[in-house]
Amino acid sequence: MPAELRAIDCDVHPSVPDIKALLPYLDMFWRDSISERGIPSLESISYPPNAPITARPDFRGKNGAAATDVSQLSAQVFDRWQASVAICNCLYGIQLLFSEDMAGAFARALNDWIAKEWLDRDVRLRASIVVPMQNVEMAVEEIERCAKDRRFVQVLVLAMQETPLGRRSNWPIFAAAERHGLPLGIHAGSAYRNPVTSLGWPSWYIEDYAAQSQGFQSQVASLICEGVFAKFPGLKVVLIESGVTWLPGFLWRFSKFWRGLRTEVPWVDRSPAEIVREHFRLTIQPFDAPDATDDVERAIDHLRSDDMLLFSSDFPHWQFDGDQVMPAGIPAGLHRKILVENPLATYDRLRDANPARETVS
Amino acid sequence: MNIEVRQPVRAQKAKVGLIDCDIHPKLTVEQMRPFLSNRWWNHLQTYGIRYRHGYAKGYAYPKMTPQAARRDAWPPTGGLPASDLDFMRTQHLDHYGVDHGIMNPLSPTGQGEQNPELAAALAFAANEVQAETWTHREPRLRSSICVPYEDGEASRTEIRRRAGNKDYAQVFVLSRTSEALGRRRYWPIFEAAVEAGLPLGIHVFGYSGWPMTNTGWPSFYIEEMTEHATSSQAVVTSLIMEGVFERYRDLKIVLIESGFGWLPALGWRLDKHWKRLKDEVPHLKRAPSEYIREHFWVTTQPMEEAEEPGHVVDAMNWVGMDRILFASDYPHWDFDDPVLALPPSLNEEQRRMIYAGNARALYNLA
Repeated sequence: MPAELRAIDCDVHPSVPDIKALLPYLDMFWRDSISERGIPSLESISYPPNAPITARPDFRGKNGAAATDVSQLSAQVFDRWQASVAICNCLYGIQLLFSEDMAGAFARALNDWIAKEWLDRDVRLRASIVVPMQNVEMAVEEIERCAKDRRFVQVLVLAMQETPLGRRSNWPIFAAAERHGLPLGIHAGSAYRNPVTSLGWPSWYIEDYAAQSQGFQSQVASLICEGVFAKFPGLKVVLIESGVTWLPGFLWRFSKFWRGLRTEVPWVDRSPAEIVREHFRLTIQPFDAPDATDDVERAIDHLRSDDMLLFSSDFPHWQFDGDQVMPAGIPAGLHRKILVENPLATYDRLRDANPARETVS
Repeated sequence: MNIEVRQPVRAQKAKVGLIDCDIHPKLTVEQMRPFLSNRWWNHLQTYGIRYRHGYAKGYAYPKMTPQAARRDAWPPTGGLPASDLDFMRTQHLDHYGVDHGIMNPLSPTGQGEQNPELAAALAFAANEVQAETWTHREPRLRSSICVPYEDGEASRTEIRRRAGNKDYAQVFVLSRTSEALGRRRYWPIFEAAVEAGLPLGIHVFGYSGWPMTNTGWPSFYIEEMTEHATSSQAVVTSLIMEGVFERYRDLKIVLIESGFGWLPALGWRLDKHWKRLKDEVPHLKRAPSEYIREHFWVTTQPMEEAEEPGHVVDAMNWVGMDRILFASDYPHWDFDDPVLALPPSLNEEQRRMIYAGNARALYNLA
C-alpha cells in the first residue's frame, strides 16, 4: 500500500484482560468492592466472549482472549494491515451498571487504563472517551477531564440506551463534544435498559446482533427530530460497527415522513437525508453488502455522498477473513477517501501534528 | 376542508387492473353489538378498551389529523372516515376503478386489547361486521380475519371458523406484538393460516408494551411512523431465526404499510451474520435472504421516495417485482394516489404486476 494511503483505522477494540487490570485506576472503595462483592467482569452479552463475532479464531491467544495487549493489536493492525493510526473503542459493559457512582468510577478507570496501557505504549494509537451515560453531569465531567489529552479523539456511547440519544437531557454532552471538537461515536452495543427489539427480547444471539442496526436507525431519527443539529451545528456523529446498507432505505422513509409531518418538528429545517450527509459518518465493518459487485456499487451509490464512509477493521471482531479489510466491491476510486481523507475530515484531532500527551488527572 | 370528489380517472387505463391491498374500513362498537355477548358488551361500557399505551382515548403520539385521515375523507352523511360504503365507493373504489380492495380494519378489532377473552370476542365481532356491512354489500371488497394474536389457540379457532369462506382474503395481525412474532406462542396462527390456504398480513401499528425503539421511547409521531420500519425488521428477523419457514413451508407473509426500502439491506445483513453464527441456528437450512425472497410480499404505501427515483427502482428489483403489491391506505392522511404513486420508469409489465397481477395470484382473486 502506498505510504500516502496508509489507512486510518477508525474502530479497533482493546480488551480488558481481567477486571483486576483496572485496580490501579480505581480508588480504595471500588478496589475493595471488586473483591468483597465478587464482581467477576463487566463484559456484556453484546459480545459473548466465545462467540465467533467477538474475536476471529486466529486473533485469539492461548486463553481464548484477543486484543488484550498492545503488541498483539499493533502486529495485526499496524504491521500486517499497514494502518498509520488506529482509534481504540473499548467495549466494557460500564454502560450497563445501574449505580451512577460505580459507572463514573469505572469509566474513569477505563479511560485512564487506555491512556496508560495503550496510548502510552504506541504513538499510533488514539482512543474514544467512554462516558457514564447513567448521569449526564458525570459524563460531561469525564469528557472535560479526558479532552485535555488530545489523543482522545471522540466521545463513545452505545447504540441502545435507556432513552433515545437526542433527548434534551443529553444536550450538555453534545455541547461538551462540540466544544472540544470531538465527534460523538455511537458504537454497536446495548445498555440493556430496553429489550433489543421493540417486540421484546428475542431468542437468539444473532437476532441481538442484527438488531443493532435498528438501534442506529432510532438514534439517527432521534438526534435529528429533537433538533440536535440545529442547536449544535458543529457536532459530528460517527456510527461505528453499524453496518452501512440500511441507511438509504431508512432515509427514504424518514425524509418522506418529514415532508408530511415537519410541522411537528419545525426546527428540522432541511430534509433528514441532507442533515445525515452533513453530520453523520459510518465505519465500513461489518459491511452488510449484497454479493454482486454491481449491486455493491449501487448500494454505495445510494448513500449519495463520497464523504460518509470511514475505514475500520473492527479488530479483533470476526467480520472478514484473511486481509480483506476493505470490503470487496467498493469502487477503487473511493479508497483514498475511505482510508484517509474522510477520517481526517471527521476527527479534528487526527490532524494534530503531535498530539499533546499530558497525563489525564 | 372538504375537497370535491373528482371525476373517475382510470377509464383509459382499465386494462392494467387495480387491486388495493390496504383499505381501512372504520368499524364501530355499535355495529359490533349484535355479535357481542351481554357480558362483553357490559364490560366494554364499564372498562372500555385498554391498550398497552395508557390512554383511554387517543394516543401518546397524537396523529397529525383527526383519525389520521385525509381531510376530504369525512363522509357528507356524517360518521367517521371510511365508515360509509357509498362514500368510499364514490371517493375511492369507483373514482380509481379499483377492481378489488383488501380491507384491513385497525380498531376496534380486539387486537392489542389487554384482556385476552375480550380481545377474542371483539375479533369475532369485527370479522362478522366486515362481512355483513362491507363484503356482502360490495363484491369488490374482501375482509381480513382479525385474530386475537396474543392468544394463539383463540386465533386458531377464529381462523378455522372463517376458513373456506371467500369473504376473507387473509389472516391479519399487527406488527407490534408483545413478543417477537416468530416465538412459539404465535405458531398456531401460522399453522391455521397455512391450513386455510391464506396469507398472513402483518400491518404496522399495535402496542407491544415495550418501548417503540430498542433505545427507549421516542418523543414524536414522526418517529413513531419512521420506527414502523425497525419494528418490521424485528418481525422479519424473528420469523426467520425461529425457523418458522422450515416448519410452515407454505406460509406466505404480506408486510403492510411498513415500506420495503429496508428489506434488501436486512437480507444482506442477516446473511452476513448468519454465515458467521450459523452454528447457533442450525434449524435454518438456507440463507435468511432466501426465506425473505420466497415467503414475503410487501405493499407499496407509503411508497418509498428517494432523492434519485432510480434508487427506489433498484430496491424494487432487489425485493422482486413479483413480490410488490399496490396499496393506497385509504382513507388515511398518507394515502398514495394510484395514478401517481409508482415510479414512472416502470414498464407496462411491471405496472401490471404491481397494480394487480401479484395480488390477484397471492389472494386468489378472479
